[in-house]
Amino acid sequence: MKRTICILAASATLGTAQAAMAQTEIEFWHAFTGRLGELVAEQVDTFNASQSDYKVVASHKGNYSETLNAGIAAFRAGEQPDILMVFEVGTATMMAAKGAVMPVHEVMAAAGADFDQSKYIGSVKGYYTSPDGNMLSLPFNSSTPVLWVNRDKLSEAGIDPDTDLSTWEKVGAVLDDLKAAGVDCPLTTAWQSWVHLENFSAYHNTPFATKENGFAGTDTELAFNGPAQVTHIGAMGDWARDGKFIYAGRRNEGGANFRAGECAFFTESSAGYAGIKSEAEFDFEVRPLPYWEALVSEPQNTIIGGASLWVMEGQSAEEYKGVAAYLNFLSSPEIQAKWHQDTGYLPITAEAGELTKSQGFYEANPGTDVAVMQMTAREPTGNSKGLRLGSFDQIRGIIDEELEAVWSGDKNAQAALDSAVERGNVLLRRFEQAAR
Amino acid sequence: MEKRVKFKGIWLPILLVLPQILITAIFFFYPAGQAIWQSLFIPDPFGLSMQWVGLGNFEFLLSDRYYRASFVTTAVFSILVTVVSMGVALYLAVLADRLVRGSGTYRTLLIWPYAVAPAVAGVLWLFMFNTRVGVVTWYLGLLGYDWNHVLNEGEAMGLVVIASAWGRISYNFLFFLAGLQAIPRSVIEAAAIDGAHFWTRFRTIVFPLLSPTTFFLLVVNIIYSFFETFGVIHTITSGGPQQATTILVYKVYADGFVGQDLGSSAAQSVILLAIVSILTVIQFKYIERRVHY
Repeated sequence: MKRTICILAASATLGTAQAAMAQTEIEFWHAFTGRLGELVAEQVDTFNASQSDYKVVASHKGNYSETLNAGIAAFRAGEQPDILMVFEVGTATMMAAKGAVMPVHEVMAAAGADFDQSKYIGSVKGYYTSPDGNMLSLPFNSSTPVLWVNRDKLSEAGIDPDTDLSTWEKVGAVLDDLKAAGVDCPLTTAWQSWVHLENFSAYHNTPFATKENGFAGTDTELAFNGPAQVTHIGAMGDWARDGKFIYAGRRNEGGANFRAGECAFFTESSAGYAGIKSEAEFDFEVRPLPYWEALVSEPQNTIIGGASLWVMEGQSAEEYKGVAAYLNFLSSPEIQAKWHQDTGYLPITAEAGELTKSQGFYEANPGTDVAVMQMTAREPTGNSKGLRLGSFDQIRGIIDEELEAVWSGDKNAQAALDSAVERGNVLLRRFEQAAR
Repeated sequence: MEKRVKFKGIWLPILLVLPQILITAIFFFYPAGQAIWQSLFIPDPFGLSMQWVGLGNFEFLLSDRYYRASFVTTAVFSILVTVVSMGVALYLAVLADRLVRGSGTYRTLLIWPYAVAPAVAGVLWLFMFNTRVGVVTWYLGLLGYDWNHVLNEGEAMGLVVIASAWGRISYNFLFFLAGLQAIPRSVIEAAAIDGAHFWTRFRTIVFPLLSPTTFFLLVVNIIYSFFETFGVIHTITSGGPQQATTILVYKVYADGFVGQDLGSSAAQSVILLAIVSILTVIQFKYIERRVHY
């Protein structure tokens, strides 16, 4: 009797061992919940069903900051996942962590996988490539800020909803009319630093930081207290004082106001599409982000926000093969096109964009291509490739504080931006020292 | 006359205190030691390299005027939370103590908020004071007051103080009520017969006799407002607007977990540790003298 149990137990152990050998598990930690979480799970299921060698196991680890911290803590404990989702501002932290991460192009080469880096859209991958042009991580969800317009609100105020909103000068004039017509919330925003300083700088081809916004070295210094930025933040501050710009909070709190139909204009990520479409009970429209005619004759490109997938060091060769297969699966036109259409995030390959076009998605959903065009209209310059700054999540916190001082009227734009630059530079020097 | 038990030999006493020592060593001395050790380095987040900077992290912190401002914010915040939560609790306890009927129900109801976690309490208060959909904001608007804690520093501080003090009132109430009920009725009745009014009795008899409870609560509440209010601040203001509600412990989090600056974060923990030790010593040395047991 005892012997039978022993044999049973032994064979059971062998059985599981064999199953584990047949299928290599790939651990993938991400930061998505809700609808986006479901879509990630769907991608994983599709991949797992498409082949039998690898099994991707996706786990939600909290918001972006929490996911990054979970990855860091896990690495310190030697328990890191194969793939870690890191938001774009964590890029410099991950790049500096040589020995903790394995660049995607190396993973692909080691696995012998087919990997053509030229397939990926330049302004999307540019944020995540090394100075010599190799991809360090795989862009996963990328979006860019656009101007959301509540057309009904404009009509109610007696303004033509098709009026030209391409420049801030014109938007400013419409804000005056809206205020005069008694609209309580003419303009609100989400992610103020990302939209009104980081993207603003790239869009106006002005440096946000020296050394090509940090791409050319960690000895970079912040430079967003220049005349262009001061003009914009100053104008926003005036609008805030006059009740034309309503500040709702540091993250995307303003989204609730816009979706409820209270605000006429809303500067927010193109990925706000799904939420606005499902909740807005008014006629809305996507317009390109406005620029200041007085500063540039034509805008440069905007930059991305979102997250990319980093491959962690210390896994087996077999696991890296699985990772390579999964990353290639994510990059395939069908999967990318579906992701782009479901979420409003940008496609990471040109093929996926073309597929979406040929499927007639842009015609059926006007405005969904605004972000793609705004990103890809021009070849990125040193000022518009992206940002690569250490401790940047925290620097954004400083910028939030200083901008709040402008919105509340405590400081003028120049003083607030000078102070943000000075305080942020201290953190950049700390980061430079830690990364040395 | 004190009663002391004497053990024979050394091993039994050691065995008896060992669990306590072990727990303290593992959960207090080890992490505290780690924090002190780490505060002397600038490490990279992944633990791949560490640079010895000696007291560099402390110099960096203390030369930062925003960090120094955070001390003032913390002091204001802690004093307000302690005063509000203890004041209201004492008032409610005195009322409950005089209740003849229904005191059980009253007490139970008052204890409820204590069961609400700080982060949840933060969200509840945030909903009430939400600048767009908050009930209180709406009523204030009717009165002609434009509530906006997203930009107004004073209002933000007021809101986090209320949200932090609220759950604490229950806890303090329990202790005050127990303290009040432990005061011999005969003393109070004697004073009443002598013609002392309620306020005089409270001031000259009840409050002094309550001082051990008050002292205990003072220590506990200050430590609470230093550390456990993190959830409230995180959910309501994230330390803003500007830095109006960035208390020291919130900055430890911001630098350590948002900025991945573990050296600075560890140094701040050490500073906090020192402040709390000093406060506790002051409390026991000076305030306890005035306490009548």
